[in-house]
Order: sequence, then C-alpha cells, then structure tokens
Amino acid sequence: MTTNKRGVAQQLWDFFCSLRLTIFLLIGLALISIIGTVIPQGPPREYLATISETKAQVYSSLGFFDMYHSWWFILLLYLLTLNLICCSIKRLPRVWKIVSEPVLVMDERFESSLSNVAELKLRGTKQELKDKIAAALKAEFAQPVITEQDGQFYLFAQKNPWCRLGVYVVHFSIIIVFIGALIGSFFGYKAYVTIPEGAAATQVQARNGKMIDLGFGLRCEKFSVSFYDTGAPKEFKSILTVLENGQPVKGYQNIPCIVNEPLTYKGVTFYQSSYGQSEEGALYHLTVTNRKGGAPLHIDARQGERISLPGGAFVSVMDAAPDVHPFMKEFDGPGAQVEFTPAGGQPQSFVILSPKYDSFNAQHGGDLVLSFDGMDQKFYTGLQVARDPGVLVVWLGCFLMVAGIVMAFFMSHKRIWARITNEGATLGGSASKNPTGFEMSFEELVDKLNKA
Amino acid sequence: MSSSMLFNVTMVTYLVSTCIFFAYLASRNKAVGLAGTLSALFGFLVHTAAIALRWKESYDQGHGHAPLSNLFESVVFFSWTILLIYLIIDFKYKYRAVGFFVLPFALFGMAWANLSLESGIEPLVPALQSNWLMYHVITCFLGYAAFAVACGISIMYLIREKIEQGGGNAAAGGLLSMFPAIRVLDDLNYKAIMVGFPLLTLGIVTGAAWANYAWGTYWSWDPKETWSLIVWFVYAAFLHARITRGWVGRRAAILSVIGFAATIFCYLGVNLFLSGLHSYGK
Ligand code: HEM
Repeated sequence: MTTNKRGVAQQLWDFFCSLRLTIFLLIGLALISIIGTVIPQGPPREYLATISETKAQVYSSLGFFDMYHSWWFILLLYLLTLNLICCSIKRLPRVWKIVSEPVLVMDERFESSLSNVAELKLRGTKQELKDKIAAALKAEFAQPVITEQDGQFYLFAQKNPWCRLGVYVVHFSIIIVFIGALIGSFFGYKAYVTIPEGAAATQVQARNGKMIDLGFGLRCEKFSVSFYDTGAPKEFKSILTVLENGQPVKGYQNIPCIVNEPLTYKGVTFYQSSYGQSEEGALYHLTVTNRKGGAPLHIDARQGERISLPGGAFVSVMDAAPDVHPFMKEFDGPGAQVEFTPAGGQPQSFVILSPKYDSFNAQHGGDLVLSFDGMDQKFYTGLQVARDPGVLVVWLGCFLMVAGIVMAFFMSHKRIWARITNEGATLGGSASKNPTGFEMSFEELVDKLNKA
Repeated sequence: MSSSMLFNVTMVTYLVSTCIFFAYLASRNKAVGLAGTLSALFGFLVHTAAIALRWKESYDQGHGHAPLSNLFESVVFFSWTILLIYLIIDFKYKYRAVGFFVLPFALFGMAWANLSLESGIEPLVPALQSNWLMYHVITCFLGYAAFAVACGISIMYLIREKIEQGGGNAAAGGLLSMFPAIRVLDDLNYKAIMVGFPLLTLGIVTGAAWANYAWGTYWSWDPKETWSLIVWFVYAAFLHARITRGWVGRRAAILSVIGFAATIFCYLGVNLFLSGLHSYGK
C-alpha cells in the first residue's frame, strides 16, 4: 500500500519535473492563445451582432470572450509555474554543487571525461612547477586553488562559475513577473475619466463600471489639439492641476499631459487618451455694424442659434474655424459660415471673416456688415487612469529575465585543472558553452605554459 | 538621387545575389559563392545608404523621425536586419550555401515594399512620438531577422536530412556537398535563435514598457502582443526541445520553422487579419 502511494507521488513528481511537459505546455499555451486573437475580447456589440445567439452563448460559457482570464488559461499558467518550480528543485542542487563545490582534484578517471587534455613537458622540482603554473594560470586565466594530496599537487582555476545559474535566473524571473501581475490585479485598477475644461474630477470609473475615489482632485485647465499641414493630428494636450481639498498642489499645477507623457500623482497615473467638444458647444462672437452709422453691436451666439438683428434681419452661425488659412489661402484669422436672412427676404449663406477683412465682409448683408471676432470652444479631455503597484515587480522580473538569458547564452563557465607530474604537468579543461572557442583558448594557454 | 531609387537598386542587387547563390549551388564553384556574398554585401551597403538618405529626407520635409514608422519603412528595415544577421553569420562561418536560403526573405521584403507598399514619408501621429518606438522596433526586428536566418537554416536541415535518409541519388548528393553537415546546421540554427530569443524578449519588454508609459498597462492582450507572446512560447519550446531526448534535431528544426511562420504572422498577419493597437499595415 505504502509503496503504491509512494509510487503515485513519485510518478506525479516525475511528471512535473519533465521537460516534455514543459514543451507540451509551451506549445499548448501558444496554440490556445490564438483563440483570443481571433475572437474579439470583451466583445464589442458590433461583433456580437454578426454571430448567432447560440454561438455567442457557447463562446461565453467557454470563457472565449475573456479567455486570458478564464480558469483554464490561468490553470495552464499555474501548471507552467509548478513545472518550473519542480524542475528547478530537482536540478538546482546539482548545478549549485558544481558552482559551490568544484572538483579540485583531477584524477585519471575525471581526466578521461574531459575533452581538452594536454601534457606539458617542463623541467624543475614539483614545488617549482607548482608555483610556476600557479603564477601562469593567475596571469593568463584565473587565480588557482592548490590542493596537496598524497604528495601530489593539484591546481584548479575557473571563470564565471555563476553563469551556470543563468537558466535559473530566467526561470525565477518568470515567477517574479507572475507575482507582479498578481499584485497588479489584486491591488490596482484601470479606469477612465472625462473632465470638461475648467472642471475638476475626484472620482474615476473603473473598467467594471464601479466609481473609484481618487482621494484628490484633478482639474482640466485647458485642452488643445494641433494638426500637421496634412490634417493628421500632431498633438493632444491637456493642462492639468492636482487639487488637495480643493487647493492646487505645489509642483502639480498646470502640468501638460500629452500622449506618451502622462502625469503621475500618488501612484495614480493619468494618460491622455481622447477628447471631445463639451456638451454646451462653442460660443461664437460676431460684430454687426450698420453702414448708415451707429455704434457696432457685439453678439454672442451658439451654433445654429437664430439671432435677431436690428432692422428685422436674422443671422445664425452654421460652422466656424479659429483659422481659415487652410481653406482660404489668401486669408487668415477666424472665419464663420453664416446664414443671413434679410428682413422679409430669403435666407442666404456666406462666409464672414475677422474685422481686418471688412471689405470682404461688406460684400453681403444689405445695410449691415457682419464680421466674425472669434470663438470660444470648450473641450473635455478623456484620460485613462491606472494604478498598478505591481509594475515595479514586473520590471524587476523583466530585468532579471534579460540578465539571466545573457548569462545563460553568452557566458561560459570555464575550468582548468592541472596535475603536477615528474616530467611536467597534465592540464585539463572544460567549458559550459562554445566548445570550439574554448578549445582554441585552451591550446593557446598550453603554448604559453610550455614556454614558461 | 533619392532614397527610393536606392531601394530599387537594393532590390535588384538582392535578386542578382540570390541568382548567384543558386548558380553556386549548381556549379559548386567557390568563386561563385564568394561573388554571391560580395554582391549581398554591396546590396547591404546600398540598403544602409538608402535608409540613411530616407531619414535625412524626413528632416528635409520638416518633421524628421527615424524611418521606422509605417509598413513600408518597417519592411525595409526588416530586410536590412536580415542581411545584417546573415552577413555576420556568413563572415563568421563562411557557409555560402546559407545565402540561397536566407536572401530570398530579404529579397521578398524589398520587392513587396518597393512594388506595392505606400512609400510616402509621413509625420508621426502622437502615439508614435516616443523614443520607446526606436528601442522597441529595433530590438523586435533584429530578433525577427535572426529567426528568419534560423528558419532558412532549418529548411536546409530538413532538406539535408530528407536526402540523407533517402539514400541520396547523385544529383542530390552533389547538392549536399554544398550544405554544411547536419550537426553544424543544428548548431547554427541554435546560435541564430540564441541571438534572436534575447532580442525578442527585449522587444516584448520594451513594448510593454512603452505601453505602460503611454497607456498605463504593460500588457493588455492586444492581438499583436499576444502573437509576440505566442512566438516567444514557440522559441522557448525550441530551447527546451534541444535539451530533451526525442526532440533534438528534426523536431527542433520544425519548431524553428513554425516559430518563424508565427513571427511573420505576428508582424503582418495581425494587421492584415486582426485588429488592434498597432498601426503598421493599416
Ligand atoms: C514550465 C516551465 C519551464 C520549465 C520546467 C523549464 C525547465 C528548464 C530546464 C530543466 C532547463 C535546462 C537547465 C539545464 O540545462 O540544466 C531549462 C533551460 C532553459 N529555459 Fe526553461 N523551463 C521552463 C520555462 C521556460 C520559459 C518560459 C523560458 C523563457 C524564457 C525558459 C527559458 C529557458 C532557457 C533560456 C533555458 C536555457 C536553454 C539553453 O541553454 O539552451 N524556460 N528550462
């Protein structure tokens, strides 16, 4: 009974220690991950409309709409982690032994396991030879350890022993990244907020719809957008001020926040994400002068609003731009498309410009000359809000991963042994990587020692 | 002289070079092999000059930025990195036959870019105005290029293995004499992936760092990100296959080919067939 139990435990252990399982899991993860790139995640309504109801239900119950957080995907990640830990527990002690308890004495049996061996013909007493070779090894390779055994001298020197641990650093780093991701998912949030120019927000809306208190306020002082000549957007910019108890915080006043340059305060980061015109719309400023004289009249109008003018005419602003230059090459400054209805006449549509171009403006309007002084447009800014206390842990993991890969791939644990004999010495060497390269440097070393 | 003219010269040179390598396989004449390498080197230099010139042209237009910002520029850069990695391997190991299996990738890239992609120099949209773009794109593409070279070598491996198993008729035997030994191919494949894997890892990390910096999430399972992870999984499987009995050799070579297919899908397929944050190819 007990042997049977141990047998099962042993089998389970072997299963989780096997590299075949690793390959299976890695390929399995690769294949399964494809699903979520083909089926839109957290699916948009437009997508749901294109598939049948049963299909949607099946997908939904299988977790395909949020597959990277589905239990089976997470389970695979846990299996991978378990596999990783078991493999490391099984193999690390052996590797650690190579690093921490190197073989100091090259006897004949060990010698026959080495691929690089050379006999040195040297003259001198054993004592002299030992000192000579030790000095040469120190100069050419690394400080040797000298062991005296049964009246024989043995030398051992090594370089980069710890690079053998590179693989384990890589594996450990994967676990660190997972831990960082878990911290983020338990203690962080992703949210969104829109703030009209001049207004402040103290709450943001999380992805799941819940409102989250920031614990401070954020005011949008101004939003602006600029364009390239081609019409492509060049820069979206919000000017933001952080408020504590309604008061601006020193050092966090009028901070520009643009795409790729977020604002961070108390671990919460705000990212420029979208914008729009705030609901009240733009306010247009017009000046009306009577050709027959009299003081000019200043009018504020909203888009489409019908304004009555002296003498029974009406005007409404249909559209406007802060600068007309891109559309009307001879002019610049603000311009508006207006619909003007003379007293008792038909509506007519024309463009008016700033007072600077009043001769242009005077082409229309009968007794009246309309000019456009400019507009106040109110935007709101849309900000992504993120708090992720696990991010530094993830970066630590990433750093270790790259460092570990470099250690594992590009560094080699090189070892040289020497046994002092009556006619000289026997030299042996091995390296954990790049055998051809090591062979060459081994031969070089042998040459130098022969001349020494 | 304009950069687009130089890109055309590059393309033609790669075509010539591929033909020379073919002639080398057919004639088994060492001088022909050297000519193949030299013509590839010439193409690479013209290619480099063309990229530099395009960079300068973008400054002349007043919105200077590194030529890594749209599909045309990325394909051109990808081809360039393939040549870079290929020439390093050629210089180090001098297995000329490899050229015939690697250059076509670069040739195909240049032909596609020159003949059918929009090549205008555009100003950068806000999301791309970041230094992370450079780090991210350069590491990713160097990694992709190393995988392209590994794929070419793996194809050679599979061909050589197939012919050896088939007993080998005379013509095939002749071809084989131009191929490095099967052990060498396996080793070269591993070496190329040893270069590619750290670069891909760095590419994913810099991409995550950029996403975190610009959008506040280092990972959002966007299709492009997911596919880069898929590629990473495949090559991680490759690395472990090489130290697992039963997976050494043929299966590892097949994984390398699959890995490159996934790489290409990650680079192009995602934009052509799936939707996401990355704007190349749109
Ligand atoms: C289930 C998870 C994993 C297990 C059980 C596992 C296990 C192992 C083992 C036993 C080795 C051989 C170590 C030795 O030579 O003594 C190894 C090597 C390696 N592993 Fe993993 N591994 C896993 C996942 C990963 C992942 C996801 C990566 C991705 C970076 C990775 C990267 C490496 C690298 C780079 C090597 C060195 C390969 C070489 O030297 O050619 N491992 N792994």
